[in-house]
Amino acid sequence: MGFEHLANALTLTNLALALFGVVAGTVIGSIPGLSATMAVAVLVPITFSMAPASALILLGAIYTGAIYGGAYSAILLNTPGTPSAIGTTFDGYPMAKRGDGDLAVAIACYASVFGGMIGALALLLLAPPLSSVALAFGPVEYLWLSIFGLSLIASLSTGNVLKGLAGGALGMLLSCVGVAEISADIRLTFGVSTMIGGIEVVGALIGLYCIPVLIDLVATPERHLKVEQGVRAVRFREAALIAWRSRLNLLRSSVIGTVIGILPGAGGSVAGLVAYSEAKRTARPDQKFGDGEPDGIMATESANNATVGGGFIPTLVLGIPGTPPDAVILGALLVQGVRTGPTLFDGGGSIVYTFIFGLFIATILMLPTGLLIGRYAYKTIVTIPKTILVPAVGFMTIIGTFAIRNSISDVIIMIVLGSVGWVLSRFGFAASPIVLGLILGPIAEQGFVQAWIIGDATGNLTGMFFGRPISLAIIAFTILSLVYPIIQGRRAKRILATQANSND
Amino acid sequence: MLKLKSVKTFVIASAVSLAAATGALAFPDKSIEYIIPFGPGGESDISARFQQPFFKDKFGQDLVVSYKPGGGGAVGWAQLNSMTADGYTIMGVNLPHIVIQPAQKDVGYTTDDITTFYMFHYTPDAIVVTADSPYQSLDDLIADAKANPGSVTMSGSGKATANHLAQIRFDKMADIKTTYVPFKGTGASTTANLGKQVKAQWGYTTVGAAQGDAVRMLAVAMEERHPLFPDVPTFKELGFDMVGGAYRGMAAPKDTPAEMIKALSDAFGAINADEAFRKQMLDGGFALLDVDSAGMADFMKARKDEYIQAATEAGLLN
Repeated sequence: MGFEHLANALTLTNLALALFGVVAGTVIGSIPGLSATMAVAVLVPITFSMAPASALILLGAIYTGAIYGGAYSAILLNTPGTPSAIGTTFDGYPMAKRGDGDLAVAIACYASVFGGMIGALALLLLAPPLSSVALAFGPVEYLWLSIFGLSLIASLSTGNVLKGLAGGALGMLLSCVGVAEISADIRLTFGVSTMIGGIEVVGALIGLYCIPVLIDLVATPERHLKVEQGVRAVRFREAALIAWRSRLNLLRSSVIGTVIGILPGAGGSVAGLVAYSEAKRTARPDQKFGDGEPDGIMATESANNATVGGGFIPTLVLGIPGTPPDAVILGALLVQGVRTGPTLFDGGGSIVYTFIFGLFIATILMLPTGLLIGRYAYKTIVTIPKTILVPAVGFMTIIGTFAIRNSISDVIIMIVLGSVGWVLSRFGFAASPIVLGLILGPIAEQGFVQAWIIGDATGNLTGMFFGRPISLAIIAFTILSLVYPIIQGRRAKRILATQANSND
Repeated sequence: MLKLKSVKTFVIASAVSLAAATGALAFPDKSIEYIIPFGPGGESDISARFQQPFFKDKFGQDLVVSYKPGGGGAVGWAQLNSMTADGYTIMGVNLPHIVIQPAQKDVGYTTDDITTFYMFHYTPDAIVVTADSPYQSLDDLIADAKANPGSVTMSGSGKATANHLAQIRFDKMADIKTTYVPFKGTGASTTANLGKQVKAQWGYTTVGAAQGDAVRMLAVAMEERHPLFPDVPTFKELGFDMVGGAYRGMAAPKDTPAEMIKALSDAFGAINADEAFRKQMLDGGFALLDVDSAGMADFMKARKDEYIQAATEAGLLN
């Protein structure tokens, strides 16, 4: 990893590719339905004619840009552009609603750049040793990790835990529809063959988050987002100050993101949720998570961009993709004739290190481009009249959902789920627990079934589920995050007689 | 690079003469949509990506890969016959999927609905262990499984899949009882094996190619040894009549005109005949296969009988 690799990464072509990748990725990622995986897959054929390192830089830049871009729609439309940005909606949208959308977008940009840098740094310096994390996680660990993620439901739905749990259960039930991932059983299709494909997570996200926003936009006379009167200075500096004050949160979330990125069975959405959960647990008493707290955005956005670097660790060291976009990139590398694995770092290191420096450059480029595009996106969404905004976003949700797997039934499912979600929200059931159940349910199910089979075969079921150190640590954290809100709630109740009920 | 170019020119020349000879100069006159019924990044996607540049080189038109994942491929296959049947829309097909899925339950298509026109490769079944595993040979694994029935855990990709059927068949042949642990895809199954969550893996030769020195293959299910792994014995050498794996090919909607089917079969046959393509596939651990549209019926029948028998015996079809 010498100077020559940095110089290789700094050629005009590679710089241009990194810039193009980041900009294209940010724009694609901001459109709900167009995910990072798809952005990368679409561009793979273009990279065939490139040098391997340049191809990797382009794909890596698109990937990292798309993960950041997902924050825009999360903040401004309450709809995660990519699943990684689910947690960003929790506080981003409330911020935008009260007129701080520009601040939220800037904070998300700083957090994403910071997280991306930490992830890339881990990839540069610690890739081979860290790759063992991917192997230390067995089925049981994934089971407990997803339960830990599900425990976030309890703290997300303060004062409304029962409704939150019901939502989570509904989400898990929805995740069962179709062909079961590992047992190959066909479940809950009610004889309809179009349901065999199950409920697509991204389509469900769009429906559950975006459709209610659209309905409310049409149903209420108010503006979409509150706009401050008068000209305001750009809030880059204010955002930077907030980010600096929360440097500990940024660092912790980035480390969480990097480690979870390494786990092939998890990914950006889980990383963001776990980081959010931890940020919330360690928050000061005056911070109101879920109510427009900047620290919430910082936690998810730094964590999800850290998964980019983290995910490349098992991809490049073990040849096992850390995240879905990594799987596509791994395929592109194979076609290029590049063999991944430990030898790639030793022997053919030049490609890897050129790429890692390229990833750094792309992440740094995200700062100016992200702030610029973010400002533009904010201004557009805020100033555009409702009569244009609603049909435009509505059109995008349909196109985006269709594009995921060229399926019209996904669009129908999206609209049905969205309408049901809107009705449920009238009764105090929030979208997030449903989505958590939908995403984490399958991970928990697989982990449970596999752990059971292995534990049963080795005659040690209890030891399998409760006797492994990493599992025990995750269980401890789960209990902590379940009990903590109760203690916190009591303390808050003592201070304030009335407490605002927030449930989304 | 130079060598590759000369091979390319040679192949283009031969393809052109072939086309001229059959009088099918018009095909293809636009790009072909190649639908993979899985998500991007898997073996089906990767092998299609291998074909992509060769198709462009030989026929001057793009092979546009798109994805229609869902239901382990079933969503795509159920819709294949309602797609445009002009020879410019094709879909990847996989065995044993298209035999086992409709045999298990109503998935919206039957095996005979799928008009497969070319089978171009397979990933041979292989038993994979980590480099530091106590199993030095297949005999070690069999001995352990005989001494401790059921305690030898083996990871694999999915249930009622090529890996799973291989495990069932091998257990029967070797008269042992192992425990199969299904994972989501070969990547997850490999991770479990490398992380020692299981004692061995039912994988493919592609796993051996990707993992290199980190793993050891105990046997591969091929007629002859894979050129990439001259030291790994075949199951046949060790006395087990096992040859096979996951087969991949391409199908067209059933109303596609016969001459178009023939032209497609010839086109992909030409790619398979390209030395550079063959080398790339072999280096990735794949094994090439050439079953064209004419020989497809016999090939499918043999596979179907084999899979249905294994799956029935294992109680997978009820």
